[in-house]
Amino acid sequence: MNQAQDTRLDWRTAARLGLLGGVVTLYFGAIGMVLTFSVRNLLGTFINVGQILTVAGALAAGYLVGRTFIEAGRRRQVIPMGLLAGFMAGLPPLILVIMGTLFPVNPMFININDELVQLITFGLGPVLGSVALVLLSTVMGLVGAALELMDERPRRALINGVLWVLLLGLFSENAATILEKFIGHAAVRWMFQNKSLNPIAGAVLFIITFGFSFLGSGDRARQKWQSMPPEAQQQWRKYFIVLGLLLALALPWIVGQFLSQVLFIVGLYVMMGMGLNIVVGYAGLLDLGYVAFFAFGAYTMGVLTSPQGPGGGILNFWAALPFSIAVGVLFGVLLGFPVLNMRGDYLAIVTLGFGEIIRVLAYSNWLAPLIGGAQGVLGIPSPSLFGFELGKPEYMYYLVLVGSIIAAFIAARLRDSRLGRQWMAMREDEDVAEAMGINLVQTKLLAFAIGASFSAASGAIFASRLHNIFPNSFGILVSINVLSLIIVGGLGSLPGVVVGAAILVGLPELLREFAEYRLLMYGILLIVMMLVKPEGFWPEAARKRELRGEEEWDEAAAAPSSAE
Amino acid sequence: MKIDLERISWVDIFLWLFRIAAFVLIVVGIYNTLAAGKYTSEQWVTLIFSGLAQGSIYALIALGYTLVYGILLMINFAHGDIYMAGAFTAVFLAEYFAENGFLAAHPFIALTLLALLAGGVSMALAVLVERIAYRPLRNAPRLVPLITAIGASFSIEYTFRGLYGPGFHAYPPVPALSGSVHIGRFEVPTVQIVVLIAAVVLMAGLYFLVERTKIGKAMRAVSENQDVARLMGIDIDWVIVFTFAVGGLLAGVAGVFNGLFRPQGVYFFMGFIPGIKAFTAAVLGGIGNVPGAMVGGILLGIIEALGPNLFLEGLGIPAANQLKDAIAFTVLVLILIFRPQGIFGERLAEKKA
Amino acid sequence: MDAILIAKNVTKRFGGLVAVNNLDLEIQHGQIYSVIGPNGAGKTTFFNCITGFYTPEEGKIIFDGHEIQGLSTDHITRLGISRTYQNIRLFSNMTALENVMVGEHPHLKTFWAEAIFRTPRFVKEEAAALKEAQRLLAFVGLKGVGDNLARNLPYGAQRRLEVARALASKPKLLLLDEPTAGMNPRETEEMIEFIEMLRDELGITILLIEHDMKVVMSISDQITVLDFGTKIAEGKPIDIQRNPRVIEAYLGRGAASGLGNARQAAARPS
Repeated sequence: MNQAQDTRLDWRTAARLGLLGGVVTLYFGAIGMVLTFSVRNLLGTFINVGQILTVAGALAAGYLVGRTFIEAGRRRQVIPMGLLAGFMAGLPPLILVIMGTLFPVNPMFININDELVQLITFGLGPVLGSVALVLLSTVMGLVGAALELMDERPRRALINGVLWVLLLGLFSENAATILEKFIGHAAVRWMFQNKSLNPIAGAVLFIITFGFSFLGSGDRARQKWQSMPPEAQQQWRKYFIVLGLLLALALPWIVGQFLSQVLFIVGLYVMMGMGLNIVVGYAGLLDLGYVAFFAFGAYTMGVLTSPQGPGGGILNFWAALPFSIAVGVLFGVLLGFPVLNMRGDYLAIVTLGFGEIIRVLAYSNWLAPLIGGAQGVLGIPSPSLFGFELGKPEYMYYLVLVGSIIAAFIAARLRDSRLGRQWMAMREDEDVAEAMGINLVQTKLLAFAIGASFSAASGAIFASRLHNIFPNSFGILVSINVLSLIIVGGLGSLPGVVVGAAILVGLPELLREFAEYRLLMYGILLIVMMLVKPEGFWPEAARKRELRGEEEWDEAAAAPSSAE
Repeated sequence: MKIDLERISWVDIFLWLFRIAAFVLIVVGIYNTLAAGKYTSEQWVTLIFSGLAQGSIYALIALGYTLVYGILLMINFAHGDIYMAGAFTAVFLAEYFAENGFLAAHPFIALTLLALLAGGVSMALAVLVERIAYRPLRNAPRLVPLITAIGASFSIEYTFRGLYGPGFHAYPPVPALSGSVHIGRFEVPTVQIVVLIAAVVLMAGLYFLVERTKIGKAMRAVSENQDVARLMGIDIDWVIVFTFAVGGLLAGVAGVFNGLFRPQGVYFFMGFIPGIKAFTAAVLGGIGNVPGAMVGGILLGIIEALGPNLFLEGLGIPAANQLKDAIAFTVLVLILIFRPQGIFGERLAEKKA
Repeated sequence: MDAILIAKNVTKRFGGLVAVNNLDLEIQHGQIYSVIGPNGAGKTTFFNCITGFYTPEEGKIIFDGHEIQGLSTDHITRLGISRTYQNIRLFSNMTALENVMVGEHPHLKTFWAEAIFRTPRFVKEEAAALKEAQRLLAFVGLKGVGDNLARNLPYGAQRRLEVARALASKPKLLLLDEPTAGMNPRETEEMIEFIEMLRDELGITILLIEHDMKVVMSISDQITVLDFGTKIAEGKPIDIQRNPRVIEAYLGRGAASGLGNARQAAARPS
């Protein structure tokens, strides 16, 4: 298809891309995202996320069209083609208007209704509003294409500026909480009105970020970094790590209680991600029942420490933690056994089945005397340290911070050891790995066990923070969350786990309206990542190359690469 | 003969212990239940028939897994959700038919239209998923299409949640199917008989398609060896699309059948568990094997219907019906331990070797 | 000289197909031993029986005094057999060094938990392993490319890397499956010298599957010819070239060029 485009690049390409952008808008509208997100103001009360979604398709289509034509060396056609793409992108959403007007209370498509029509026609009525919608789309297509015509530097500055304004507008509530500590209550109240960014503040912010970006300080820093000798880079890296740690320590006191709770949850997922990263990223075993070990950890903690449980609260958090981990590891190994001889895809679905069995058992009356069935385990105490109770999210955050650091440390050390090489060899080619003298059984079980231990520890902390645990906290969705975050961060990459957890767990916690569409976004993200960027946002291989910095094998490009 | 300890690994020992334990538990459970004589033979037959009807639905879904696996050697994770899509869409037409009395007046035509709509939606979605999520990654490492499949699964679920809302929609009762039929001295609900017969007809049609038609021959050729099939002038892409389409069609129709005799109704997440169960059925019969999926589905339906009463109760587990879902997954694990190639399959063992 | 590998009546079937039929052979210490035969003659299947990937239905394989048929692959590797593959099978997303270090696996002793705490023993062993891997890379002529991903190496380098990986397990017997496949004459010449060096300098016994008759005839001490899984001839290169059954097996199937060329090549003074 790409080749066909290259040879016959004409208005049809632009129209097709435009239509595609329009269909995306139609999709966002039909599934209710536009409507749901319209309550989230960005700038004043007149720009909200719903509107951005309505025109994003046209903008993206214009941008893509611009790039395609510039790459083909046809700069002069960029503007008209952008206009065309924008116009075409304006057409599919009209289906929403038609459907919403003709069948106002549709029992089938619940999100296509008057309200949506109002929103996407800017309250101008169906006819005039449709014209306005198409016009706006056309303009957006033009803007998108025109962006491509700009020089690199102003364009990047422009995009950076707009993104900063949008980001601050989007997270205005959280930004307000943080900024209040630094610039005072009155200033914050002026900056963020109506849960969105004040337009004047937005303009100032735009000018500042645009200016900084235009002056290109980022570029110079990067050049300087690259010109440094590797030893100096190592040294600086250490400073950055220390700085990062200090920041991590200070974080809960900067961001306040609500965000500390969010950080706590992100931390739990970082711990789980570190474990699943060993299983999937290093060892290549796609485990979809990973939540089971989280559940084992949480239930063990609950049963052993809750005064209301069968254990009668005989142990405190620290005494129960080793048991939680041990139970997780034990089941990691036990569940590992039957799947040892299975190929990747079987493994995935069997582990998925395991996860479901665990959940069904957790609900059952059969095990209720032990783990409470549907009632769950209640009254799990907070951990305390030297008589000091760690119940508040700010303190629990430190607990998961320590947990995550330990998990990352263990994962990094193992990665650079014989065991790490065994795992990766097995991931690359099981048969050959075995022919290298690697005992696959042992290697797989170790991956399951160590992965399970991180998850169980995370579950134990989770239980002692929530105090009450119920079977529905341990569904398949947790497994999918963890899997998504390590894939988005980059399979096998440790910083990737943190990045992935921040994006996939942190952001949705901040965007409450997003909750409904969280898994939809994950699903789409998984597909798009695999198609476009399978190595993730923070891949591991790059790090290795960078660290060692040996010369490239320059024949490699010319010579035929590996034989299939 | 001396026993060479080097040759017996502790994994084998563990797996044998596991096998023996599973076997003993099942036998003891069944013996206890039968010895207690709590259920009459009428009750057992009722359970078996509901198992047959449910199993024929699993079989229809399982065919989709097996067909795709046979050709691409990949598990189409989103298949359960493709099944949901048809059933969820058709429920609105069913509600409309029920309102204007069409369903009562012309049940056969109405049901056919419902099945066509559901089948069509599922088919279109299956083809779309193949085009977007699988085709570009056909030569990627194995893990990659598996991950997009999981992504596709969740995208579909939550797209339909967005489109039709999070609530349950029950298929309206069909008057013509509400009675029951006497078979000998047993009374069986009509709807179960109809579903069973319709499913068998569909499966026979599929068998004919695969074994006797030109496209069926092409499908088998592609599943034997893609490269050779390509050299023989077979359009691989078309065969793959066709396979997805057939699988989707069967799943969509199965979705309507499911709606007919299960009063809980349909919703966006309904495909998840039947998806895993149908996969279990496909593995039970031998994945990649068409008759295997049919037998596996029906067998799984019966095991699931009888399981809680037959052996879980015998083991003294309270409220055994709660564990019904766990039975199917346990069956999956047990087959993979006892006989990973399934009842009819030889393929897996060979392909692995 | 005594035998390092003895195969007795080895038979491997796939369903009705007999891939290796009642095969007997004996490889002496320090030999370069070749197994040749037309495509599908069962050569690679025999390799797979030796390395434990397949278990032969009948017969015994005795390596260095151990009966190894039916043992797991990793166990056999630890006893001292390693191999390369006909279609190169490197760990393509790992670096060249890592590939070789995976090969060293059977000789590394530290427990995995030692890696977490970086015990002195672990640090010492890792350093030694890294040094050994670099030495092996240099030995096969890949000095300085250790940090490239295996898949980014050119074809010839990948072949040599595979040999380095196989050598890393310090094998007594090295199985090479068509080591010169896809190589140009110059590279092939280098590979022949390299194989002879392995035997002469490291004292490794070599079992070779090869299609290039020039290679086979110039370096083998002993040759076994398979056809449809059955041994049809065994002997020194000069005997094999004259053996009428061998010529028939090759010529009779129209695959004449192989042996014809080889005879010319052998006749040519080198």
